[in-house]
Amino acid sequence: MASLWEYANPQRFMAFSARLLPWTAGLAAFCLVTGLIWGFFFTPDDFRQGSTVKIIYLHVPSAIMAVNAWLMMLVASIIWVVRRHHVSALAAKAAAPVGTAFTLIALYTGAVWGQPMWGTWWEWDPRLTAFLILFLFYLGYMALWQAIEEPDTAADLTAILCLVGSVFAIISRYALVFWNQGLHQGASLSLDAETNVHNVFWYPLLVCLAGFGFLFLALVLSRTRMEIRARRLHAMIARERLA
Amino acid sequence: MPDLGLYTGEVLAAYAGSLALLAVLVGGSIWQARRVRRRLEAMERARREASQSHGG
Repeated sequence: MASLWEYANPQRFMAFSARLLPWTAGLAAFCLVTGLIWGFFFTPDDFRQGSTVKIIYLHVPSAIMAVNAWLMMLVASIIWVVRRHHVSALAAKAAAPVGTAFTLIALYTGAVWGQPMWGTWWEWDPRLTAFLILFLFYLGYMALWQAIEEPDTAADLTAILCLVGSVFAIISRYALVFWNQGLHQGASLSLDAETNVHNVFWYPLLVCLAGFGFLFLALVLSRTRMEIRARRLHAMIARERLA
Repeated sequence: MPDLGLYTGEVLAAYAGSLALLAVLVGGSIWQARRVRRRLEAMERARREASQSHGG
């Protein structure tokens, strides 16, 4: 079996990702269309939340993937710092806009759901606040990549930022466990059948979760391929200027 | 269209906003990828032609 580190070679990564990309994109489209249609059209209203429960199919997967995206960036950044594989640094860079969009969807759908349910769009609750800070970290991370011209220096500094931001990624996931206060309810998904959402909501939610997961994978693969090509393009331009 | 009752506006706004954002993300990623790919291919083609004309 091929070692994982072989894919740190840009050419091998390009060949491997070219084969994987159509499958991940296809699975993302299939799961998202199926899950969202199932959740929106074919699930009942909740006895307390009414039809706003349908927002769960967007809010929960995007919030989970927003945190997972940052943790993926953390792993890729650590690989860059330790082993200096350029593909891992570029994968972290590629994941940031995707994570930002997922965080924004989670914040937006949370606010739209919160207005009728909590009577407010926003509350300085530990989980909401940590999520907002995570969103700002995403923006800062992307701004830092743009601000530094030398790619290796940018990768080093963004890796440090990613490490610091991970604190908020973890807090945003476990804020309720740490503080046990605030408006935000406990996790919708649990292995405990008593606290987990009812099966009628759970199955379409699982499909949507898979859809967001595959979408993340497809976009990160596609954007990493784009970053590898952009890096090669910049290298060629730089060589031409020197010649 | 299911009956969304009191919360029709909220549910539709959540779906419309989120799907629009996802469309921008996917569309933007595809557009950016194509643009970079085209530029790189053009650059590589120009280089090949230049090296061939030097060789010939």
